[in-house]
Amino acid sequence: MLKLGVPSKGRLMEQTFDWFAARGVRLSRNGSDREYAGAVEGAEGVSLVMLSAGEIPRELAAGRIQLGVTGTDLVREKLAGWRSDVVELAPMGFGHADLVLAVPACWRDCEDLDDLASIARDFRLAHGFRLRIATKYHRLVRAFLSAHEVADYQLVDSQGATEGTVLNHTAEAIADITSSGETLRANHLKILSDGLIHASQATLLAGRAVADAHDLRAFADRLGIRGDLHAV
Amino acid sequence: MIPRTAKAAVGRRILDAFVAAGAVEVAPDVLLPSATLLDLYGEDIRARAYLTTDPVRGEVVLRPDFTVPVVQMHMAGGADPARYCYLGEVFRKQDHGDTRPAHPRDNEYLQAGFELFSRDPQADAELFALFHGILAPYRLSATIGDMDLILDAVAGLPLSDARRAMLAHHIWRPARFARLLDRFSAPIAPRQFAVNDAPWTGLRDRAEMEARIDRLESHRDEPVLPAIWRERLQRLFAVAGPAPEALDELRVLADHMPAIAEATERLAARLRDLGALGVDPGTIHFDASHGRQTMEYYDGFTFSFTAPGRADWPPVSSGGRYDALTAVLGQGAAIPAVGGIIRPGLLAELDRC
Repeated sequence: MLKLGVPSKGRLMEQTFDWFAARGVRLSRNGSDREYAGAVEGAEGVSLVMLSAGEIPRELAAGRIQLGVTGTDLVREKLAGWRSDVVELAPMGFGHADLVLAVPACWRDCEDLDDLASIARDFRLAHGFRLRIATKYHRLVRAFLSAHEVADYQLVDSQGATEGTVLNHTAEAIADITSSGETLRANHLKILSDGLIHASQATLLAGRAVADAHDLRAFADRLGIRGDLHAV
Repeated sequence: MIPRTAKAAVGRRILDAFVAAGAVEVAPDVLLPSATLLDLYGEDIRARAYLTTDPVRGEVVLRPDFTVPVVQMHMAGGADPARYCYLGEVFRKQDHGDTRPAHPRDNEYLQAGFELFSRDPQADAELFALFHGILAPYRLSATIGDMDLILDAVAGLPLSDARRAMLAHHIWRPARFARLLDRFSAPIAPRQFAVNDAPWTGLRDRAEMEARIDRLESHRDEPVLPAIWRERLQRLFAVAGPAPEALDELRVLADHMPAIAEATERLAARLRDLGALGVDPGTIHFDASHGRQTMEYYDGFTFSFTAPGRADWPPVSSGGRYDALTAVLGQGAAIPAVGGIIRPGLLAELDRC
């Protein structure tokens, strides 16, 4: 039996249901909106588990579910060495969200990461502490800035309303998810020209240590996924 | 799997050799206050060390290395000559990126170390010869470098102070350094600082931005760095080979880069000192860029010993000179210092082969 974990609420859940329905597999919740169990019609040997999108990467890595739907940003942030734990079977074409680095729009002298690196050094000399970047995506942002050799900064944790941290003087820049950029603009922030850290979308994933690979292939065939499953 | 007790036994043998060389054994705390380390290493420390919070002491870190606490302890008691040794665990997160390797590196391992606070110009050679002697039975490859050469070469470039300082700041970030050098080596295209109607937000104020814009505009009037200087720097970074031959190369280069002449002769004296201590300089590999891949606090002589045929291993031993660090942690006082560590656990594995 394969366990499929899908987001338990909101647009992400609805679009996931639609995506599977378009491929002949009907997912549904049991009974009331509050019950986190579901049913699968149109595919043998698959059961449905409703989970928070943020928990799906770890559940896959732990082997408690064999298939899952979540954003690629969450997979990379939550699983160190994610390629050793999960395989991306199919991008699903919705849930698009970019993790971007943004600075105050009033910084006329800051267009790219080179500018940010230079400003961070000036800022540290002038203020006696490192330029603060607010985010909840610590691993992704740190790896990105390290790869681009930006120093003289520090990450400050922000689990919500991250765009407001600059206004509140608790950070000088932010790294957050955006789809339209509207919230950033409303908070007078602009995205650096080379500040795209990760382009995420909802993706169907499989645990690398899937117990029954034959089951998985049958299900992938049913969905018409032509992706390379050899890695699984 | 090698038992912990076997690794500790190797560590104690090294510690005995350090004590015999006149060092006093010290035992810094395992739980350290995070502020100093965070300030020194920046965000890197969060990726590499285990931070946790204590309800009374605030943010603390599981000892990621001994040098900083030993220097702090020594500088708190004055800046006199001293020699210390230690043996204990350090803790490092190992985040390998997208794919985990088959043999991940250890999260906790023993370090046996020696720190030498001394104004003696022969201290580098003395410390290296001590490590070289302890490690001799293991047939490791020794590599040395010297950050002085690179720091002096940058300080000697015909550039404004501001530009030299920018380059010096990024010596440990090779791609950023190379981009800066390219930029200084070509005419700078005029840049438009587009005006927008965004209201001012954030702690960085308008004057800071205007100062930077002024600086960028004044840089446009600076003469371009002649291409020959970039070539000379690249030649310097690429100097590598048996130490005596590398020294010859550096001396030729120093004819064109007088700024490195002094450091080159200090290296020559160091190699002579090593010879006098029984270490054949011809068996040591010199790599001018060696120190650029190590700790940012090394600002002079650097060294490492690696195990041949173990490409996936970290160095079995490493160290270097960190004069500036004693000043940073010395609250006004400073003393030249050089130190290094050996990983007894890796030696224990080599013992088994």
